[in-house]
Amino acid sequence: MPRPTTKMPSHARRIRLSSRARESIIGYLFLAPWIVGFVLITLGPILASLALSFTDFSGSFDRMRWVGFDNYIRMFTSDRAFWGSLKVTSQYVFISVPILLMFALAVAITLNRGLSMLGIYRTIFYLPSLIGTSVAIAVLWRYVFGEHGLVNHVLAVFGIEGFSYIGDPRTALGTIIVLNVWTFGAPMVIFLAGLRQIPSELYEAATIDGARNWQQFWHITLPSLSPLVFFNGVLSMIGGFQAFTQVYVVSDGTGGPAGSTLFYTLLLYQRAFTQLQLGYASAMAWVLLLMIAAITALFFLSARYWVHYGDEQ
Amino acid sequence: MNGPGPAQARIAETVSRGSPSKSRVHRLPNNIRAMIAHTGLLGTSFIMIYPLLWLTASAFRAPESIFVSPGLWPGEHFTLDNFSTGWRGLGFVDFTTYFTNSFIITGLSVLGNIFSCALAGYAFARLRFPFRRTLFALMLCTIMLPLHALLIPQYILFSTLGWLDSFLPLVVPKFLATEAFFVFLFVQFFRAIPRELSEAARLDGCGHFQIFLRIFVPLSLPAIATTAAFSFIWTWNDFLQPLIYLNSPQNYTVPIGLSLFLDSTSESNFGALFAMSLVSLLPVIGFFLSFQRLLVAGIATTGLK
Repeated sequence: MPRPTTKMPSHARRIRLSSRARESIIGYLFLAPWIVGFVLITLGPILASLALSFTDFSGSFDRMRWVGFDNYIRMFTSDRAFWGSLKVTSQYVFISVPILLMFALAVAITLNRGLSMLGIYRTIFYLPSLIGTSVAIAVLWRYVFGEHGLVNHVLAVFGIEGFSYIGDPRTALGTIIVLNVWTFGAPMVIFLAGLRQIPSELYEAATIDGARNWQQFWHITLPSLSPLVFFNGVLSMIGGFQAFTQVYVVSDGTGGPAGSTLFYTLLLYQRAFTQLQLGYASAMAWVLLLMIAAITALFFLSARYWVHYGDEQ
Repeated sequence: MNGPGPAQARIAETVSRGSPSKSRVHRLPNNIRAMIAHTGLLGTSFIMIYPLLWLTASAFRAPESIFVSPGLWPGEHFTLDNFSTGWRGLGFVDFTTYFTNSFIITGLSVLGNIFSCALAGYAFARLRFPFRRTLFALMLCTIMLPLHALLIPQYILFSTLGWLDSFLPLVVPKFLATEAFFVFLFVQFFRAIPRELSEAARLDGCGHFQIFLRIFVPLSLPAIATTAAFSFIWTWNDFLQPLIYLNSPQNYTVPIGLSLFLDSTSESNFGALFAMSLVSLLPVIGFFLSFQRLLVAGIATTGLK
């Protein structure tokens, strides 16, 4: 902040210095709850879980031993459930997130044509993203995709005989993916806000140049929205890796049938809180953290090739 | 791009602007395009909302008729019994207890998030102190941190404090600004408040606490409402943490009670399960419909989900 600093009487300067010191104290007072929370609830636990991951901690510190990298070695070499859960979770994230984003984008673009009833559509599309992780919706999903569920009733109208999609290992994960895609409303609203920011002159100029709709989408809409695609992509990816309630409820906490919905978080929960392998689960927690960090870093590194910010050119 | 053809077309277009363009013969008329869009959107909305309508209809239907048809109208099978049997839950603890617990935890979480995140937001947005940028960057990093990476040490911490099977592990962190998203929201909002306002107040002799309370808080009602709404919805839906920290049924929240109910539900009791699922969604849906404008504006600016 520019302030006249020349020719100040010396006592005034002393007062100004102390006012800056006072502002620091006040700043830390305002920040005190956050600092306590950051140290005790976030930073401390993250370091503690790293330390625990090198132990065989199972609830009692007296009998705890350091085991070095044993937990990590066991995880990567002999825990088949770990690899299974990694596969299931990756399939879930890398199938559902792109579909979710494409759906959100397509609906946002359709809504952005100045149609009537925009508010009603937006409400209907957005609502599922608020309740999609609730137990009630997971309960509902069991009966939508169950053997005598809604989907099969509808199929029966067309003379098709269905089966229990929740109970079949080939389709169980698919139902959870559908549940995630069902919550496309949140990124859609963000895309919708982004579409409003694109200057209409760009489209006018393109139309004059004879650009067709898909060319306009490819050369104007998509580049303009790329920061939001990036943002929604990172958030949906991080959220996807942490999906828990849906699979816990749909599979009764087992990850079945045949491990087809054994998500990483569910396995971590089982190891930690039903088998009390807290040291091992801490190692799993750190692997999850590193995976999310690595994929987020890849997103950021790749951003310069496909994310365009308006102020660049 | 810059060949003579398009350039000529551009001139022609500019000249004929305002009159209906005849050059776009390859396009469908606007009203037909709108009709196609509406058909697609209506179809999608219908498919998306149908499970919820089916849940609602099933809650009002005699249990033996739920899995008979995909239709929505209960007709002769209409009943309210599902709500009364469902509300009794498993007998020894009913949904009154679960709802009371959920409302206490959710209410305190809303207060805690507003209080602590607004304070931190003011510090990051308006005060200068050593390591401000570092701390701000750390705060942003915690947004991306998966809860599962912190869960086990937090559990050990709270069990050492003797807080297991109480609401404290669920509520106290909210008073410590651990939901960094909301801190970020307040920072963004406070930064937009003109500096002249606080400078004027300073000249009148107001301290930072007074400026915060008398100027920033009243001006940031949209941010407060967004924080309140999302705190409410996230806490209300939260399943993992109550599952870990609450052991006795008297302390269960609605989601835990519902999942317990699901485990023990027999074939004949689906109606009650559906009724309670519906009731458990009502506070969130109600909150959403009453705060809708603010929520949509809030997520559009910060990307909250």
